[in-house]
Parts: sequence; structure tokens; C-alpha cells
Amino acid sequence: MHDLTFPVRWRIALLAPALALFTGFWLLPIGRLIQLSGGGDALATYRAVLTNRRYLESLGATVALSVAVTLATLVLSVIVGLFLTRHSFPAKRVLLALLTFPLAFPGVVVGFMVIMLAGRQGLIGALTMALTGNKWVFAYSMTGLFAGYLYFSIPRVIITVMAAAGKLDASLEEAARSLGASPWQIMRDVVLPALAPALTAAAAVCFATSMGAFGTAFTLATDIDVLPMTIYTEFTLNANMVTAAVLSLLLGAVTWAVLALARNLTGQAAAAAA
Amino acid sequence: MSEQTREPTISQMPPGPATQLAQVRTRRLRSPNWITVGQVMVTLALCAFLIVPMLMSVMAGLTVNYFRGISSGLTLRWVSNVLETYGDSVLTSLYVAAATLALVLLTGVPAGYALARSRTRLSRLIEEMLVLPIALPGLATALGLLAIYGGFSAFRNSLWFIVVGHFVFTLPFMVRSVAAICASIDLRTLEEGAASLGARFSQRFFTIVLPNAWPGILAGALTVVTLSLGEFNLTWMLHTPDTKTLPVGLADAYASMRIEIGSAYTIVFFAITIPLLIGMQLLGIDPGGNLDPQRLQRKHAKRRARESANAGANAAASIDAANNASASALPDNPL
Repeated sequence: MHDLTFPVRWRIALLAPALALFTGFWLLPIGRLIQLSGGGDALATYRAVLTNRRYLESLGATVALSVAVTLATLVLSVIVGLFLTRHSFPAKRVLLALLTFPLAFPGVVVGFMVIMLAGRQGLIGALTMALTGNKWVFAYSMTGLFAGYLYFSIPRVIITVMAAAGKLDASLEEAARSLGASPWQIMRDVVLPALAPALTAAAAVCFATSMGAFGTAFTLATDIDVLPMTIYTEFTLNANMVTAAVLSLLLGAVTWAVLALARNLTGQAAAAAA
Repeated sequence: MSEQTREPTISQMPPGPATQLAQVRTRRLRSPNWITVGQVMVTLALCAFLIVPMLMSVMAGLTVNYFRGISSGLTLRWVSNVLETYGDSVLTSLYVAAATLALVLLTGVPAGYALARSRTRLSRLIEEMLVLPIALPGLATALGLLAIYGGFSAFRNSLWFIVVGHFVFTLPFMVRSVAAICASIDLRTLEEGAASLGARFSQRFFTIVLPNAWPGILAGALTVVTLSLGEFNLTWMLHTPDTKTLPVGLADAYASMRIEIGSAYTIVFFAITIPLLIGMQLLGIDPGGNLDPQRLQRKHAKRRARESANAGANAAASIDAANNASASALPDNPL
């Protein structure tokens, strides 16, 4: 494409600063990490990590947790997102603003929010104490992590659902209803298929974010082996840079593969994991 | 879902041949109402789940003794305690955010513009590559930075070590935001118009591109600052005792201080971040840094309407001239 007003030398000049810094502070470091992970005998290193029971269990637990969080987030966010799209009420904008704040919270703050709810001095503990006489404290367990991951996943998926639901063609639902479809049938055959591409993309981002979430686990449960915590422990306590490198590359490969798969399925950019 | 709106029309139906139909429909209506009730319950529960902890932590940071509850009285003691103990970490975060923003503005704005203007396979590839640091876990980036630069202690111990981490993590948001707005305007035609009138590239960049991309730059800048202020995953790995940022201090306070101090520190974090988030919302970006292009375009349309009212026929004439000058411009509209 010949573009008179945008000569090649300007394209290069405008891209060069960003690419230089990106190369220096991301490509080279990641390259070094790959090199480290393969240091000496690459195959042997990877085989040793991938056959280590503790690392495999940690990977399994992280994947299971992320899948569970993703599914729960999708169900809840579709219900709430559709409701919020289709009903208007006073102070709706304020409510929506409040609901999206958690997106910008660091993982540690999300962890603290779970402690506020379900910690030793938390609300749920106080309520269950008053109702049943037993204090229910789950912040520092896998359930607490699940709650924390839900906390930062739900706002993002609600935003996606609301954006997609706002574009739905209402006449399709009218038509289905006039033909005698039940609300469940309309949901299954009209609404969900229309939301599917947006939901697939959102699910991939949700899964990827949960896989890599470190701050929440760090605040809540230093003794729970989710993969980011395992990597952190390997690096700081055991000073085992090679294993930490292998595990973090493995984690990166899994999240990248899921995001790429979702993008191939939907044709949308699905890499907005913040 | 929006069944309530339908009810009146049915109850107003005349009796007679339609009654049978009405019965069928009312029977069906009963279950939608249950569905709506369920939806309301789930919505309320979810809102409570997300909002109540925020309110609780604000309250806890202001009460004298959280264990005894609000009856123990309200105080600003914990907040001032936090500002004394952790004031440095707040300042550090502000410095890091400012330096990150400066770097991202200098490199990301030109890059976003260049990527929006060139629709080649290479530029798509570059765009994809720039997004990798946010798609992959921050831990990997941090480990890589430590592995390669950990030995350069002057750099390792300075704030710049954290700044470069934040830079690679926030750059894609600025690039995307600027590229999105540049793609939504027919910059090429505007630039050809200016070029035909003799404007050099640098003149065009500063008088056409930057003013037009301004909403995208502002949106990107707010996102970058918000993300930098809240970044923990990278920062925790990269920080040294002298380079603690706000979220690092938060983790420290949560782990080792009483709950009132952790809460008060959270209040400080909210007080800094929430105005930024509200600003983002007003600009049509969600707190994750994703633009709402429709909204940006609406704003932009307004702006252009205003401008074209001023510039009027002159602009139109110069664009016509430009189109005649270069035939290639005609069929090639980027959108």
C-alpha cells in the first residue's frame, strides 16, 4: 500500500522507541528466562519439573480453581448482566460504577476484601456466629481464594455481558415468544447463542487472569499451592531460579494457549487481562 | 425477561375469543415473574458481595476499635498513622506512576498512531506482541527482568527497575487506546489535505494527529496511571526495601498490622484511585482499561461537528483538492 503522507522512514521512527524499550525490558528478559529454563539439559529439566508430583498437583489445583471460577463467574454475570441491561432504576449509573471498581483493585486489596467478608473478624463469621453459634471462617482456604477470584472476575464479565446484551436484537426474542417458546427456551436458543462469542472471549480472559493471579493468594493463603504461589516460593525461599523459570513459562504457555484458542473461536481480540 | 411491560396489554384484552389465548399467556407469565424474582435476588446478592466489603473496610479504618464495632467511636487516628508509617510508599507510587506515564506517552502515542495508519501484517504482529505482557502472568515478566538485570545493582535498586516493569505492562493500553481512536477517524484524508497545503510530517503530527487523538491519549493516560498505582504482581517481585510502592505497603500492612490500620491504608488507596476511576468512567473507559469505541466516537463526532462548523468550507475544499491530487486515496478508507 503506497501512502504518500506516511513514508516508511516515519513509520520506523515512530515505532522504534516503543519497540526498543519493549525489546529491552520484555523480549530480552523473557528470552533469558527461556534460556535459563533450558540451561544445561533442557529436556531433562522440563521432564524433572513435569513429573514432580508437587508441581503437577499445584498446576492441577490452579487449573481446577480457574475453571470453577470461570464457570461460576459466567453464570452469575449472565444473570446479573441481563438484569442490569434490561431494567432501569434510580442510581443505576452509580451502582454500575461501584460494581466495576474491583477491576482496578490490586490482588492484595481483593484478598483483604475477602478477609473483610469471611476472615476471623469478618461479616460472615459474625452472622453465622449470631445465627448458629458457630463461626464460619473460610477466607484463608481454597474457598476464600475462590471468593477472591470471583470478586475480581465478575465485574469484567458483567461489563462484557452488558455490552453484548445491549446489542441483542429484541425482535428475535419477540418472535420466539410469539411462537410459543418458554423463557428457558428463549434463553437457550436465542439469547445465549447471541452472547456466545462475547462470553467465550470473557471466559478466556477470566481463566487467564485467575491462572496468573498472585496478589490475592499472597494475601489469603501462603500455604495453598496455586501455581503462582509455588513459583514465588521456589524463587524466594528455595532460590531455585531454574524451576521458577520453567513453571512460570508453563503458566504463561497455558494462559496464552487458552487466550489464543478463544480468539480463534470467536475472531475477537481476547487478551485484555489486566 | 422484560415481561412486566407485557402484562397490561393482556389484562386489557377483551373477553371472548381471545380469552383462551390470554389464559395460555398468563400461565406462561407466572414463570417469567419467578425468573425476574430470582434475577433480582442474584443481582442483590452479587452487589452486596462486591460492595459490602469496600464499605466495611472504609468503616473499619475509621472506627476506634473494629472488634467492638462502630460504638467504640470514629477516629482519623488510623489514617494519620498510615500516612506517617507508609507515607513514603504512597509518594513512591506516585513517582513511579508519573515516570511510567511519561515513558508510555513518549513511546506509546507515536506507536499507536503508526500502527493505526499502517495496515500491514507486520504491524498486526507488532500489536499482538505488545499485548503479551498483559496476557501472560506478571510473575514471568518479573522473573525475566530479575534474571537479566538483577546483577546491575544500581539499576536493580532504583525506582527505574519498577518503572520499566510497569512500562511493559501498561504500554499496550496506551497503544490500543490511541490506535482505536486513530482508526476511528479518517486521518489519512485529513493528513493528505494538510500535506497538499504544504504541511510537513512533523507539522501534521502536532496539528492534526495529536489534537484528534487527544481523547484516546487522555483515556490511555488515566488507565496507565490507575494500573501503575495498583500494580502488585510485578512490583512485589521487583521491589527492594527502599522502593516500596503503595500496594507493596498494603500487603505489608495486611500481613503485620491490626485490621484498623490495614483498613485505613485501604481508604488511602481508595482515595487516590477512585477519582481516577470516576474520570475513566466519564471518558467511557472501564476500569480494566478497555475503551468503549462507540462512546469515544460519539464524543469525537461532537468535536468534529464543532470544528467543521468553524473550519467550514475551507477544510472541505482542501480535502477535495487532496483527493484529486492522489487518486489512491479514493477507494481506500481504513474503515
